[in-house]
Amino acid sequence: MMKKIICVLLCALVFCALALPAFAEVGVVDEAYYQRFQGEKITLNVYNWGEYISDGSDDSMNVIKEFEELTGISVHYTTFASNEEMYAKIKSGGGQYDVIIPSDYMIARMASEGMLEKLDFSNIPNYALIDDVYKGMEYDENEEYSVPYMWGIVGLIYNTTMIDDEIDSWNALWDERYMGNILMFSNSRDAFGISLARLGYSLNDTDPAHLEEAANELKNQKMLVQAYVMDEIFNKMEGGEAAIAPYYAGDAITMIDENPDLAFAIPKEGTNYFVDAMVIPTGCENKEAAEMFINFMCEPEVSAANAEYIGYSTPSSAAKELLDLDEETMAIAYPDASVLEKTEVFKALPEEANEAIDKYWTDILSYNENPNEWIGPVFLVVAFVASIVITIVRAYKKKHDIY
Amino acid sequence: MINKKARIAGVPYVIWMVVFIVAPLCMVAWYAFTDKSGQFTIDNISSIGQYAPVFARSIWLALIATVICLLLAFPLSYLISRMSGARQSLMIMLIMLPMWMNFLLRTYAWMTLLENNGLINRFLGLFGLGPFQMINTQGAVVLGMVYNYLPFMILPLYSIMTKIDDSIINAAKDLGANMWQVTWRVIIPLAMPGITTGITMVFVPSISTFIISRMLGGGGNILIGDLIEMQFLGNTYNPHLGSAMALVLMVIVLLCMSIANQFDDEEMEGMLL
Amino acid sequence: MIEKRMNKTARAYTTLVFIFLYLPIAVLILFSFNQSKSRNVFTGFTLDWYKQLFHNEMIIKALGVTLLVAAVSSIIATILGTAAAVGIRSMHKFSRTIIMNCTYTPVVNPEIVTGVSMLLLFVAMRTAFAAFGLEFEMGLGTLIIAHITFNVPYVILSVSPKLRQMDKNLYEAALDLGCSPVQAFFKVVIPEIMPGITTGFLMALTYSIDDFVISYFTSGTAQTLPIAVYSMTRRKVSPEINALSAILFVVVLSILLIMNYRDIRGEKQLAKERRI
Repeated sequence: MMKKIICVLLCALVFCALALPAFAEVGVVDEAYYQRFQGEKITLNVYNWGEYISDGSDDSMNVIKEFEELTGISVHYTTFASNEEMYAKIKSGGGQYDVIIPSDYMIARMASEGMLEKLDFSNIPNYALIDDVYKGMEYDENEEYSVPYMWGIVGLIYNTTMIDDEIDSWNALWDERYMGNILMFSNSRDAFGISLARLGYSLNDTDPAHLEEAANELKNQKMLVQAYVMDEIFNKMEGGEAAIAPYYAGDAITMIDENPDLAFAIPKEGTNYFVDAMVIPTGCENKEAAEMFINFMCEPEVSAANAEYIGYSTPSSAAKELLDLDEETMAIAYPDASVLEKTEVFKALPEEANEAIDKYWTDILSYNENPNEWIGPVFLVVAFVASIVITIVRAYKKKHDIY
Repeated sequence: MINKKARIAGVPYVIWMVVFIVAPLCMVAWYAFTDKSGQFTIDNISSIGQYAPVFARSIWLALIATVICLLLAFPLSYLISRMSGARQSLMIMLIMLPMWMNFLLRTYAWMTLLENNGLINRFLGLFGLGPFQMINTQGAVVLGMVYNYLPFMILPLYSIMTKIDDSIINAAKDLGANMWQVTWRVIIPLAMPGITTGITMVFVPSISTFIISRMLGGGGNILIGDLIEMQFLGNTYNPHLGSAMALVLMVIVLLCMSIANQFDDEEMEGMLL
Repeated sequence: MIEKRMNKTARAYTTLVFIFLYLPIAVLILFSFNQSKSRNVFTGFTLDWYKQLFHNEMIIKALGVTLLVAAVSSIIATILGTAAAVGIRSMHKFSRTIIMNCTYTPVVNPEIVTGVSMLLLFVAMRTAFAAFGLEFEMGLGTLIIAHITFNVPYVILSVSPKLRQMDKNLYEAALDLGCSPVQAFFKVVIPEIMPGITTGFLMALTYSIDDFVISYFTSGTAQTLPIAVYSMTRRKVSPEINALSAILFVVVLSILLIMNYRDIRGEKQLAKERRI
C-alpha cells in the first residue's frame, strides 16, 4: 500500500517537474550545472552494491537513466555483493571504476591505503543538503573523501510463522531449535561483528583472544546454518525458505513489503550502525563527471526515490521530507535515539586484525563437522603411484611392442 | 609438407602462447612462492594443509559425481549407438542442447526445484511426503555436478561406441557369452578410451567448480574452486595463498590426466569434435 | 520376448535420463510466463517479463558485449590457430611436442586456474605499462585476449587432423603448375582444410559465448551475459531471467535444428533410395 502511495506521489512530482523545465524529468536543484559534459561522450563506471539503487522496476524512478538523459554522460553500472569483494576487485587491479559506494570502515581502509581520490566539494553543491550528523564521521574525519549515500543498522529479520518467540537477541542465531533454518552473512566483517556483539565485546575489538573466541562461536554456529548468503537472502526469506537471518534494516523493509509474515528486530546487545558513502577511487579519468554523478545522487528527489525503492535511510532531511512512510517503516528505517545509542560504527581495523579475520573466516567456511581428512592425501598418493605405474607399463609395452 | 617457410606461420601463435599461456602459469607459481613484499616463502604452500578438509571434500564429491555420471551415461550411450542413423543424431542433438544453454541458468533452475518450498517438495507434499531438506546439502552439489557434466561423459562414450561393430557383439553372443559377459569382456575394453576421456572431462570441471557449490551448497560446503575465488575476488583477498591453492589444484588435475592419458593425440582430437 | 522387454526398459531408461536433463529447463521456461514474481507458485499467464527483458538495458548491453567478444575473439583465434596448425606441422618433432603440450594446457587445466593466472598476468602488465606511462585497464580488451587464448587450442586441434589427412602431393602439384607458395596455400591448402577451420571457428564461437569462469576473472569492468546472469542469480531474481533462458533455449534449438536438418534430410533420402 505504502509503495503505491509513494508511487502516486512521485508520479505527481514528476509531472510537476515536467511542467516546469522543458527537458528534465526529475527535478534538480541546479539544472545548468548538469549540462557541462553534454555531447562529450563520457562514460562513468559506477560500482555499487546489488539492489542498491532505484532501477525503474515497479514504476520506480530509473535513476541511472535519468542521469544519462540529464547530463549526456553514459553510465556503466555494475554491482558487488560485499565490501570485501569490492575491495578485492579494486585492489587486485581487476577493474577501474569512477564512483564506488563502500561502507564506512572500508572507506577508511581504502583511504589509508591511498586508493581514494580527494573530492572537490565545490563541484558537489548538493553536499550542503546532507545532514551534518553524517558529515565528518570517524571514517572520514576531515570530510575529504566521501559523500554519504545511505545509512542504516543491522538487525534480525525473521519469519513469524516459523518462530513463535519474541526475538530480541543475537542468541537467536545460535538457537538450536532453528537448526537448518538460519541464514548468515557471507562476509567476514558483518559475521564477526555479530559474534563479537553477542559476546559483549565491541564490534571493533582487535584483541586476538576475543577474535578467536568470536571465531569459535561462528564455527559452533556452522552446523545450525543453512546457508551463508548476501543478497540471496531476498529470495530465501521472502519465499519462506529460512526462519531467521541477520541483514540490513533497509532490505528488511523491502522483504516485509513482499512477505508480511516477516518481522524485524534490533538485538538488545547492540548492533552495527553503518553509513555507505560515495567515493572516487584513484585513477578515475573523469573526476568532474564522477563528482557530478555524486551530486546527482544527493538531489532530494533522487535520494528520496532511492530511499523509497531500496528501503534504506537517506542522510538528507530534504529527501526524507519527500518520503511518506508509515510508522512501522519509520521505526525500522529511522530508529529513535535510544536504539542508536547502542549501535557502533565499524572502524578500519589494523592490518593484523584484518588478516586474522580473513584467516578465521576461511577456516570457518571450510570447517567440516566430521572431516574425512584422509581422502585428500590418500587420493594424491594413489594417483601419484598409479600414474607412475601406468607410465612404466606403457614404456615397457612400447619397447616390447612387436608391431 | 615439411617446409621451412611454413614454420613462419606458426610464429605469431608461439609468441601468443608464451605470453598468454606459459607466462600466466609462471606468474601463478611465482605468486605461490612469494609473500606480499615479494620475498620467497613456502608459507603459502605449507598453510594449504589447513584446508585439507576442503580439498578432501572437493575430491570426494567430484569422485562421486564422476562415478554417477559414468553409471548413468554408459548404458545410455550404448543404447544410442545402436539406434538408426537419423535417431542417433537426433538423440545426440537432444543431449547437447542443454549444454548450449548457460550453465548458470540451468543450475539456477535446480535451486527452484530443490528448495524447501520448491517444486519437488511441493509435488511430494501432494502425497503427504516430505518436505525434505535437499538444497544446501552436499547431495545437491553432487546433483549439480552430475547434471552439468553428464553430457561430457555421454559424448565421448557414444563416439567410441559407434565404432564398435554389431558383428563383434553378435559373435560374442554366438559364442555363448551372456549379456554381462558381453559388457565386461567386449564392450568395456573396446570403450576404454572413451571411458577415460569421459572421466577426465567430468572430474576436472567437477573438482574445480565454484558456482555449483555456491548456488546449491549454500556457501557452507565450499570446494577448492570457492576457496581460490575467495582469495582473488571474494571476501578474503590474498592472491598469494590463492595462487598456491591453484598450483596444488593443477597438480591434482595433472596427476589425474596422466592416469587417464592412455589415448594418443588423434583420439584427443576426436574427443573434442 | 526377452528382446522386447529389453527394448521397453531401454526406452524407459532413455526417457528418464532425458527428463532429468530437461526438467530444469522446462521449469525455467514455464515460470517465464508466471504472473507473480514467485519462483514456485504459478499464478497466471503473462508475457510481461519478455517485454521487460527487452527494456532491461543491463541485459541488452551485456548481450552486445558477449556477441562482440565472441565474434572478434573467434575470428582472431581462427586465423591465429590455422596459421599455427600449418606452422606446427612443418616443425621438428621435438619443438612440435613442446608446443602441442602447451596448447593442451588451457584445454585440460581447470578453468579457474586459467582465469586466475590471466588475472595475475594482466595485473602485472598493468604495473609494467604504468611504468612506461601507458595505460592498460582490464575490460573489453583483456576479455578478448583471454577468449582468444582459450579458443586457439580448439582451432588448432580441429585443423591439425585435416592437415594430416590432406594429400601432400596436392600442394606440390600446385607449386609444379606454377603457383607461388602463398598462392598454393590459399588456393589449395585452405580449401582442403576448410571443414576443419569451420569446425574450429564454430567451437571457438560457442565456447566464447558460453564462458563464465575465465571471463569472470578477466573482464574488469566489462560485463558479458553470463556475468550479468551470475550477478542476477545472486540478488533477488526476477522472472526476466527465466524469460531470457526461454529465448536462449529457442534460439539454440533452432540453430541446432537448422544445422541438423540437412543431415537428417540427407539420411532420409538415402534410406528412401535404399528402399527403392
